[in-house]
Amino acid sequence: MELLIAIVIGVLTASGVFLTLRARTFPVVLGLTLLAYAVNVFLFAMGRLTIGLPAVINPAQGGYTDPLPQALVLTAIVIAFGMTAFLIVLALKSRSELGNDHVDGLHLAPDEVPYDKKATVKSQQPNKEASHG
Amino acid sequence: MNLLAFNLPIVVLLPFFGAIIVAWSSKFNRLAAAWTSGGVALLSLAFLVPSISQIFEGKTLIQSWSWVDSIGLQFAFRLDGLALLFALLILVIGLLVIFYARYYLASKDCMGRFFAYLLMFMGSMLGIVLSENLIQLVVFWELTSITSFLLISYWQQRKDARQGARMALAITGAGGLALLGGVLLLGHVVGSYQLSDVLLAGDIVRAHPLYLPILVLILLGVFTKSAQFPFHFWLPHAMAAPTPVSAYLHSATMVKAGIFLLARFFPVLSGTEEWSWLVGGAGMITLLIGAYTAFFKHDLKGLLAYSTISHLGLITLLFGFGTQLAAVAAIFHIINHATFKASLFMVAGIIDHETGTRDMRKLNGLIKYMPHTAALAIIASAAMAGVPLLNGFLSKEMFFEQAVHASQISSFAWMIPVLVTIGGILSVAYSLRFIHDVFFNGEPVDLPKTPHEPPRFMKIPVDLLVIVCLAVGIFPAYTVAPLLHVAVIGTLQTEAPAYSLAIWHGFTYALMMSAIALSLGVGVYLMRHRFFTFYERYIRHIDGRLYFNFWLQKLFNASIRVRAKFDKGSLQNASAWIIFASLVFGVYGFLSQSSPLLGTREMLPVDMVTLIVAVGLMLAALLTIVFHRRRLLVLVVIGVVGLVISVGFIKFSAPDLALTQLSVEVVTIVLLLLALYYLPQKTPREIGKIRLWRDGLLAVFSGIGVTLLALSVLTRDYETIAQYFLENSLPGGGGTNVVNVILVDFRGFDTLGEIVVLALAGLGVFAMLQGMKLTAPKRDQNGRIWNTDKHPLIMQTLTRLLLPMMLLVAVFIFLRGHNLPGGGFIAGLIASIALIVQYLANGIEWTSNRIKVDMHWSIGVGLLIAISTGLVAMGIGYPFLTSAFTHLHWPVVGDFEVASAIAFDLGVFLVVVGATVMSLVQLGRLSYASHHPEQAPLQDATISEVK
Repeated sequence: MELLIAIVIGVLTASGVFLTLRARTFPVVLGLTLLAYAVNVFLFAMGRLTIGLPAVINPAQGGYTDPLPQALVLTAIVIAFGMTAFLIVLALKSRSELGNDHVDGLHLAPDEVPYDKKATVKSQQPNKEASHG
Repeated sequence: MNLLAFNLPIVVLLPFFGAIIVAWSSKFNRLAAAWTSGGVALLSLAFLVPSISQIFEGKTLIQSWSWVDSIGLQFAFRLDGLALLFALLILVIGLLVIFYARYYLASKDCMGRFFAYLLMFMGSMLGIVLSENLIQLVVFWELTSITSFLLISYWQQRKDARQGARMALAITGAGGLALLGGVLLLGHVVGSYQLSDVLLAGDIVRAHPLYLPILVLILLGVFTKSAQFPFHFWLPHAMAAPTPVSAYLHSATMVKAGIFLLARFFPVLSGTEEWSWLVGGAGMITLLIGAYTAFFKHDLKGLLAYSTISHLGLITLLFGFGTQLAAVAAIFHIINHATFKASLFMVAGIIDHETGTRDMRKLNGLIKYMPHTAALAIIASAAMAGVPLLNGFLSKEMFFEQAVHASQISSFAWMIPVLVTIGGILSVAYSLRFIHDVFFNGEPVDLPKTPHEPPRFMKIPVDLLVIVCLAVGIFPAYTVAPLLHVAVIGTLQTEAPAYSLAIWHGFTYALMMSAIALSLGVGVYLMRHRFFTFYERYIRHIDGRLYFNFWLQKLFNASIRVRAKFDKGSLQNASAWIIFASLVFGVYGFLSQSSPLLGTREMLPVDMVTLIVAVGLMLAALLTIVFHRRRLLVLVVIGVVGLVISVGFIKFSAPDLALTQLSVEVVTIVLLLLALYYLPQKTPREIGKIRLWRDGLLAVFSGIGVTLLALSVLTRDYETIAQYFLENSLPGGGGTNVVNVILVDFRGFDTLGEIVVLALAGLGVFAMLQGMKLTAPKRDQNGRIWNTDKHPLIMQTLTRLLLPMMLLVAVFIFLRGHNLPGGGFIAGLIASIALIVQYLANGIEWTSNRIKVDMHWSIGVGLLIAISTGLVAMGIGYPFLTSAFTHLHWPVVGDFEVASAIAFDLGVFLVVVGATVMSLVQLGRLSYASHHPEQAPLQDATISEVK
């Protein structure tokens, strides 16, 4: 079970990292949301995995899970929401100020196919500089 | 109540509070600021006066309160002779300067700002000289750097003022940093940061291997502040300040702070070879350079600035001699220099004020136009030159005597009297120039204004200071002697050595040196034109500022170059670097440990259901990458991920987390949907394959790394502090839901911090959306027009019916939170959802008309409640946020437990509701505004899309 959870955390992280590295604001926000999931589950798992032993005092229960990581993660979840809200509005703000949703405020990113061009633009050479980054 | 138990902090802090009042009072009347600040300074002085008699009885006053004991920081003040001398100088000269500035400042200058800065500066200086705790002293030291920066740059519109202020701040600030290091080392060596302990530990400090670093660091602080070579060049450029500021900063305060520190640490650090060389050497060079340069300055204030540097060098040199008598001479000269230099600066200010220039090539023969001012200037400059019957003569005599004394130490020390005599000659020459070139020497050359005497009151401060110069010079024993005596005791921390303040000591070397200085000084002045030509040709272009700016520019360029290597102005790049760096460090951490990757803890068995769910979760996460260009789809997939995670929390014994995750998920998705409406629905395709590969690799490696990290932790046993919480939750916190008790009780302070963050995020969202203009698209990406149907009736009816039920659930979850899964966070989210659903189903306008509560209030009141719960606990003597609880018997419900923590939880609840609803509703309003620029709306498209 631990292996399974570890892999879940890993996959969440990987997807989060990939989306965070994208060039448009919306995927970045989604990526950070995914990363927040990964981090929350990771922190939660630091209290080790226990099944069926919630930390609600009950003399009939044999033992309890570790309540401390849970308390920390609970606030972390809410804070992550606050962060997401702030970021997405920041993204809107940059769209309204700059007129586009590129993270660097570029109207025409050199390594993208523009929004309005439906046709494939394979002939267009990617800008070396930008793609190396 | 005994005033002497707490008056010192009042003396120090009064000017700071006074500054606020002054800034405020200037709104009503220009002059109110001047009078108020004078009153504040007087009041401060009045609080100091009662303790003076104690000092003259030989006592040291220490008033100390515990502050942060763990780092040795105490709120502690000390008044001994030395501190008293400086405090009096600061306050009395400060008062005179305030009086003078009231007439000096032009009507277009902002009085409130000036006097507020001046008072803050005064308070900082008082803090330095009255501090008992060394860390506290450094804090005030830095405050003087900052406030003097504000004062020097008072005329913000002038470039030279800004530059001069910046340079002063950079140099004295850097020195302050060095001083902090020195003080920390010193406190480490002594084992205490209290001056009383440090002053007694001189022998330990001098014998300690850290002595040299301590000395060098502290001296760096001293030399930068007191404009000693090679840091002297900031001072002349600080002359861009208004003249009252110069008079204050450069006579009695700012630059004397360094000298004060020399005197303060004299018993601890002096008496070694290193001290003599460093302090004496710097003092000697500064004395000569200052005196030499002063002679050639055509600007009145420039002359005075360099002469200040020179006199500071003189005092430093005296401390460098390291003998007790030299320290006496140094302190005596501090007093004298403060008086004559303050008056000279004021005279310079008067001349500037009445003639419109400070250029000595234009100013000539002013004695005809302003005889009174001329008389004052002549006496003060004579004191500066060291003419007999004036105070400068007495201390200079003592100085020469000490120089002669020091010459007997070693074979080449015979240089000392020669060099100081040269300094004396130059000092006479520039003093003579100040008199002759300005007040005699023919007629003025095209002055901007016709000179005349200044207003009577502008001269009063100068009158007083000049009277002091005379009185001390003629009757030293009846005037300055007692104060000097206690100051010497305070400095040396032992009995004062035998010294005599008489004017006539017989024919001594010192007298001979004085005579040489006076006569040769006159000679040099008479031959000045030859010297000027030489100076213009060879020396003038040497200015420390140029080197300073040169190195500063180099530093900037270097940092720009380094930054340009990493930062290409692209967020993608920066993020990639950050992730790459954390990967590298993570791998390094893994590899540098020799322990096995996995621990020995037994793993739980995997059941089929969990496996299927987990695989589903992973697939969903991977789908977000596959579909990442189709935003709406990804959003739906992410919603699935969040829901599965909350199911996972239930599985692994975390019902609270499951509830929170579930409700946050709903809110997040609604929020993102709202926002997506204004963003392109699709992400453009990327054609940079290299970047995609790079990001993919980074993602894969991060995933693998995190998996390994999680696995290596999860397979190991650990020690937990959970037992404490589990045992004390019921008896100590009065609740059986340990997670909630931790949130509102054990770790309540953390929670408070977190709701503050949430509140800020909510307010930030609100602020950013103010005035934002985004046009809502008319069509979706496929060209279809957005649905313009009215809100569906069934949904409207149902949600209206459901609202009370949902709120009831929120209340229920809130109340049971202390004992069963639930609590303020979850209840807050549920209540938010209940409200948001109303907005969604019925439209912004309809709902806003019915929910009149401004969400700002919800946030504010929530924070207030949370904080005041904590304060109440403090008020009745418990630590912040301690909770109390009791059992109530409610008629129908039965036994019910009420904890004060529930009030705190209520605060949490309100903040969560406020921040969440505000963020979403503000976003909704955006679409309302963009769809209905003028007329009242029926519904908005965003919301129809959401549902």
